[in-house]
Amino acid sequence: MIGQTTADNMIDGQTVGKNESEDKSKSLWGDAWVRLKRDKIAVVSLSIVVFYAMIALLSGLGLIAGDWAQEVGPSYAAPFENFDYILGTDLFGRSVLTKVIHGTQVAMSVGLISSLIAIPIGVALGASAGYFGGWVDEIIVWFYTTVSSIPGIMLLMSISFILGKGITTVYIALGLTSWVGLCRLMRGEVLKHKNREYVQAAGAIGAGHGRKLFKHILPNVTHIVIIFTSLQFQVAIKSEVILSYLGIGVSGQPSWGTMIDDAKLELARGVYWQLLGATVAMFVVVLAFNILGDALRDALDPKLKGKS
Amino acid sequence: MSGNWNYIIRRLLYLIPVLLGVCFLVFVLFNLTAGDPVLMLLGKHGSPEQAAALREQLGLNQSLFMQYLDIVKSAFTFDFGRSWSTKQEISAMMVQGAIPSLTLSLPAFAIATFTSIIFAVVVAFYRGKGIDLFIRITCIAMMSISSLVYILVFQYLLAYKWGLFEISGYEFGFPNFLYYVSLPILIWVILSLGPDIRFYRTLILDEIYQDYVRTAKAKGLSEKAILFKHVLRNAMIPIVTYTVVQLPFLLLGALLLESFFSIPGLGGMTITALNSSDFPVLKAITILSAIAYIVFTLVQDIVYTVVDPRVKLQ
Repeated sequence: MIGQTTADNMIDGQTVGKNESEDKSKSLWGDAWVRLKRDKIAVVSLSIVVFYAMIALLSGLGLIAGDWAQEVGPSYAAPFENFDYILGTDLFGRSVLTKVIHGTQVAMSVGLISSLIAIPIGVALGASAGYFGGWVDEIIVWFYTTVSSIPGIMLLMSISFILGKGITTVYIALGLTSWVGLCRLMRGEVLKHKNREYVQAAGAIGAGHGRKLFKHILPNVTHIVIIFTSLQFQVAIKSEVILSYLGIGVSGQPSWGTMIDDAKLELARGVYWQLLGATVAMFVVVLAFNILGDALRDALDPKLKGKS
Repeated sequence: MSGNWNYIIRRLLYLIPVLLGVCFLVFVLFNLTAGDPVLMLLGKHGSPEQAAALREQLGLNQSLFMQYLDIVKSAFTFDFGRSWSTKQEISAMMVQGAIPSLTLSLPAFAIATFTSIIFAVVVAFYRGKGIDLFIRITCIAMMSISSLVYILVFQYLLAYKWGLFEISGYEFGFPNFLYYVSLPILIWVILSLGPDIRFYRTLILDEIYQDYVRTAKAKGLSEKAILFKHVLRNAMIPIVTYTVVQLPFLLLGALLLESFFSIPGLGGMTITALNSSDFPVLKAITILSAIAYIVFTLVQDIVYTVVDPRVKLQ
């Protein structure tokens, strides 16, 4: 009900997709997959994301980079001097490469778990608001208007500060601050679908609210969740760095954020390799998520093509 | 027109439940969830008597409902009490902090918006061609690097190594402040270019696909004439409304930039308050920024109807 007029007006009246005639009748997902596969850059991005996920998984299982805390060389050894610490070492003589790999695990888990917290909240609230309307809608809209009135960074800082340092805090703080956008989109989308003919038809043959919502409407709006997740990963990974700078981020283990934050003191001494290692690792995966997010949106929701 | 007035009045009334909600969130965060501030302030060595006295002084021995009412009262009277660490009146601190914040954020915002719109017009004009693709990819790439990295690297190279700018600090008064804010402004502009160009490009492209553009083309108008005479004028509506909503955030300046470059603005103040567990300051800034946001969203909605008669508010 608040300020939605603009966004909705903008979506309509857009020229839709280009020659899709070659794909015969296919499911939404099959169709989207075909369109995504045609986009070479998107396929590369997806592969990069899968690669990072594998590294994170291997590191999480302790198969690689489990020994990040070990001293492998002198303090601040430059990169490419010794094969044992190819990307150099930090203040305590720990290998920067191993820290980058462990940081991958932290980054991917921050993206994953914060999404897993935000998605149920956003979907449940957004779908109920859109489907039931009336006072349910009023209350939920009031709630997310309230939450979104507080600048994201203030809310993120307050929650992290209150819960105290640590990776669990980062998960919870990022999860609790990022559901609003999803909720708002979900509400709008469910609102559009609930009066469509297929839902009316389902109602006519006796489907109740639960069946209409879960069996019919939700499968048709899942693409929003997928696009959200892809973008949430990169938001979460970038926010982890800010939280580290503020001293309320990950502690007790290396993360890209803490490595970049260390550079505050290191750069003046000419030590750039922790900063560079973490930045490059982060740049590649965030770029991949950004491109993938755009490509998924174009593939799953061609009406939104070119929107950001 | 009376429909519009009804809408505006209803929106104004809606401010109250939202503001009460914001106060409630602040209450839940700082009064219910956060640890005992008395322990934080006194440290381990406070005696029980001291603790009791402090509790009394901070109003923490009141019932929870009264504590909530205190927050609501502060939101409507703008009287936030005193800072726990500097003992200053918070409203006075805010007024003081607003000046350095604005000297940084206003020029930065103006330059960033102007530059992004120019770039967006260029990419929209050459849409689908090489230059469009190049600028779009550059935008996404720039957005994929942490803002902290820009700050660290620019400060190191431009200020520390090459001595082109002051490393950090601030001085009041024109033109002295310029020496200190120019590097943060540069970084702000570079950080905004990526998302802003992408956003403005979308807004302009939305207009390009409208029917009136097709009509203009059919009339035989040149691409340039259509872009500047028709498209840009219409695209200015969403551009202006988007700009209005961003204004309240300028007051807060850039948290990171201010704290990193030791600029004594509201953003830097927030981070200091965070590090010293200064609850009243944190609460005040949260509430004030929310109020600013709510008011400016309302202004945006109203501006939108005034400049675009097609939009009927209801």
